[in-house]
Amino acid sequence: MTDATTEPVLRIAAQSQGYWAGVWRRVRRDPVTLVCGAILAALILAAIFAPWLGMADPYQGSMIRRLKPIGTAGHPFGTDELGRDMLARLIHGGRLTLFLGITPVVAAFAIGTTLGLIAGYVGGWVNTIIMRTVDVFFAFPSVLLAIAISGALGAGIVNSLVSLTIVFIPPITRVAESVTASVRKLDYVDAARASGAGDFTIVRVHVLGNVMGPIFVYATSLTSVCMIIAAGLSFLGLGVKPPEPEWGLMLNTLRTAIYVNPWVAALPGVMIFITSLCLNLMSDGLRSAMNVRQ
Amino acid sequence: MSANDLGLPDKGGPAQPLVIASDLTCHFPVRAGAFGPKKVVRAVDGVSFTIAKGETLGVVGESGCGKSTTARLMIGLIEATGGKIIYDGQELGADLSLRELRRGVQMVFQDSFASLNPRLTIEESIAFGPKVNGVDPAEARRIARDLLDRIGLDPARFAGRYPHELSGGQRQRVNIGRALAMRPRLVILDEAVSALDKSVEAQVLNLLADLRRDFDLTYMFISHDLNVVRYISDRLMVMYLGEVVEIGSAEALYERQAHPYTAALFSAMPSMDPDARTEVPPLAGDPPNPIDPPSGCRFHTRCPFAEEVCAARKPQVVTLGEGHQVACHMHDATSGHGKAAA
Amino acid sequence: MSALVEINNLTVRFGGARTVHAVNGVSLSVEKGEVLALLGESGSGKSVTLKSILQLLPPRRTTIGGQIRFDGTDVLALKGRALSDFRGRDVSMIFQDPALALDPVYSVGAQIAETVMRHQGVPREVAMDRALEMLRKVRIPSPERRLKNYPHEMSGGMRQRAMIALALSCNPRLLLADEPTTALDATVQMQVLLLLRALQKEMGMSVIFVTHDIGVAVEIADRVAVMYAGTIVETGTIAEIMKNPRHPYTRGLLAANLHGAVKGTRLDAIPGAPPTLEQPPSACPFAPRCPQVRPACHAALPPVVQSGPGRRVACVLEAATA
Repeated sequence: MTDATTEPVLRIAAQSQGYWAGVWRRVRRDPVTLVCGAILAALILAAIFAPWLGMADPYQGSMIRRLKPIGTAGHPFGTDELGRDMLARLIHGGRLTLFLGITPVVAAFAIGTTLGLIAGYVGGWVNTIIMRTVDVFFAFPSVLLAIAISGALGAGIVNSLVSLTIVFIPPITRVAESVTASVRKLDYVDAARASGAGDFTIVRVHVLGNVMGPIFVYATSLTSVCMIIAAGLSFLGLGVKPPEPEWGLMLNTLRTAIYVNPWVAALPGVMIFITSLCLNLMSDGLRSAMNVRQ
Repeated sequence: MSANDLGLPDKGGPAQPLVIASDLTCHFPVRAGAFGPKKVVRAVDGVSFTIAKGETLGVVGESGCGKSTTARLMIGLIEATGGKIIYDGQELGADLSLRELRRGVQMVFQDSFASLNPRLTIEESIAFGPKVNGVDPAEARRIARDLLDRIGLDPARFAGRYPHELSGGQRQRVNIGRALAMRPRLVILDEAVSALDKSVEAQVLNLLADLRRDFDLTYMFISHDLNVVRYISDRLMVMYLGEVVEIGSAEALYERQAHPYTAALFSAMPSMDPDARTEVPPLAGDPPNPIDPPSGCRFHTRCPFAEEVCAARKPQVVTLGEGHQVACHMHDATSGHGKAAA
Repeated sequence: MSALVEINNLTVRFGGARTVHAVNGVSLSVEKGEVLALLGESGSGKSVTLKSILQLLPPRRTTIGGQIRFDGTDVLALKGRALSDFRGRDVSMIFQDPALALDPVYSVGAQIAETVMRHQGVPREVAMDRALEMLRKVRIPSPERRLKNYPHEMSGGMRQRAMIALALSCNPRLLLADEPTTALDATVQMQVLLLLRALQKEMGMSVIFVTHDIGVAVEIADRVAVMYAGTIVETGTIAEIMKNPRHPYTRGLLAANLHGAVKGTRLDAIPGAPPTLEQPPSACPFAPRCPQVRPACHAALPPVVQSGPGRRVACVLEAATA
């Protein structure tokens, strides 16, 4: 009874790889994702190690060196409206901006995934309660919701984090719910039930692993949105306060310099643009790399 | 706990049917739109049958006939709205818990890909059932490797592979192995070979025959392919719109179909003789929707012999020969149907 | 008799993460008014062959070689307007899943009329009359009412009929059928097969019918081409194939159909599975599974032995007995 063993195995690989090894193998063949990942890694590392990079003091202004253009000696990216070094401020600004962009998504990912898993797996009235509550939040545009919550809580970094987390729980819950509900319908979940496994075991072994990927990819794409909204809050004076360097806030304060030195004024926007573009392209790349059927 | 504690020991002896399903019903409420009228899908409506120990019961019928729902009722994936399931003399819900039933009954699904978790190796998939039933992991692994060997996949080469690395036939072997890991006595095969290529299907059918002998199994074999059902089944049950219309030994039914629907199903088989092609379509129209099924005999809307009585009254089940039963007015002398054998 | 379609040494290769040589040197011809069945299992290249006639394969991933001639025209060279005229007017296609062919947001009548207007340039009223006539032709009950139905309001068999009506509305000279009855219930499948047979006789078109089911081929086809691993292993009339199959694969398929298999006996299963086709075959692709394999089978591609008009077998054994 070994006739099926003579069948060719679909992949040539002598030993089968694990799931993540396969994902990594596919990512390695995708230059766009690799380049985006490298840029993001560089930005994050630069932000983390900013104080030790030996750059100018981002808070030290100079009345006589205001709004120097890009390429000025000693200030490769010029200076801002108070004469502070733009390069130092952009790198230091990455710390707060990325922190404000990533932390709320991580928190919302944890809360939203839990809610979505419960709603999608249990179904019935539990689903109705969770999902209709989530729907209420969808009635407001996310930017407006963030401003409203931030406004109610007052300005400040912690309050921005809280408001952004609340904003991103509903979309993640909804994605988690729909992915869970579709996995829940698959025969292997039925087969697991038929072998007498409890709900907790089924969720842990059969559901969680198969829903985390898509939710994670979706959350990655939200990070860029979150960063932009966080920058927007700072721009409106609801998030970070001057003189802290933060890309959104810098965009705001440099706004007045747009006619004097437009290139310098645009730099924080360019940073936001590059970061969110890289995040989006990378999440697209991850999405296709995580597709098991490939 | 060891592998010997899986499964259920025989209680009733060889004469006791392994499964008696009596008057099973399963109705789903559905709504047309959020505020539409509430309707009921009568997916399974008063189905009764028995499966003897060691036999293979074939179940045939078109889409919406309730054959898959019946299968899911038998293993408790859906809850019946009425009727009884008696496994080896013990009634489900009274003498037997659902958890215990599932140690005696397992199922193989049609879609070999959807029925395996893509993130588990096939060894993990097979070992999962024993593990959640308390077998220690090393023992469960041994069971899985042993079964891989039995289903024709060399454990040394295949144990660590993922479902997408296997062909459809190999995946379906794994699904069979996964069902057998629970040491069941009844295996429900719900269109388990239908999605396979013909040449692979024959291999899997041979495997099923071997396993039936080696593990002393009883099969409930659901399929739309009458050639396959004929080859594998001892007895045959024909379903239409949630009801059993005819049941009998496979040979008897192939010789003589008492119910016009059974006859239509058989004549819808391609002739396999280019000089004697099918000339007349066996039936007109599609099977009706199981929401609001036709009154009386549900087949009367498509039956070439329908008379007034067929729309008015539900036919009685008539016994024709040994174990051969049919629900048709034409075989009930008291029905008043013009063709009824008086 | 003259050939309506002539396919000459067609090769189709898909690029992407994995290269797949889906079709490897297929040559066949279809006469006017003839029904040819392409019989094969999944991955045999039968659907790909069919789709390449209408250039329906994703152009960016596909490399096509060889030649397809339809009534003398080089089909693979058609582009733009000429291609869309060719599709739907000269050649049309029906699918396993009518959802692929019918648009859910238009009524069935409107869709048929739209096609007729586009290809024949007639006013809407005339086109609607034609749509009604077509629904009658495919024996849809109360066609006047059904004209206004949307696809989701119809049952599976009815949708399949509506798709056939749409495909035949412009009197195509060739109908391509890609497993149109596979998803249907047994009784409905036979109705649709008999309908297609009747319509083919009435309208006189040629049909290429792709199927994995020998029984279906018997019911519909004049001639059969059996495909394996992207090659044609055997062609002949349906009677020749059924009564005197020459290629070991064809014999295996016939045995695996279980028609007349005796209960309790072991089935003569073909062992193993088809090749993955990451490389084009350089020897007989069936050799690893063949019960009558010879050393010569592994050495080179098998010779194609022609033993009569339209009767060809690609097998070493056939060359030995000829």
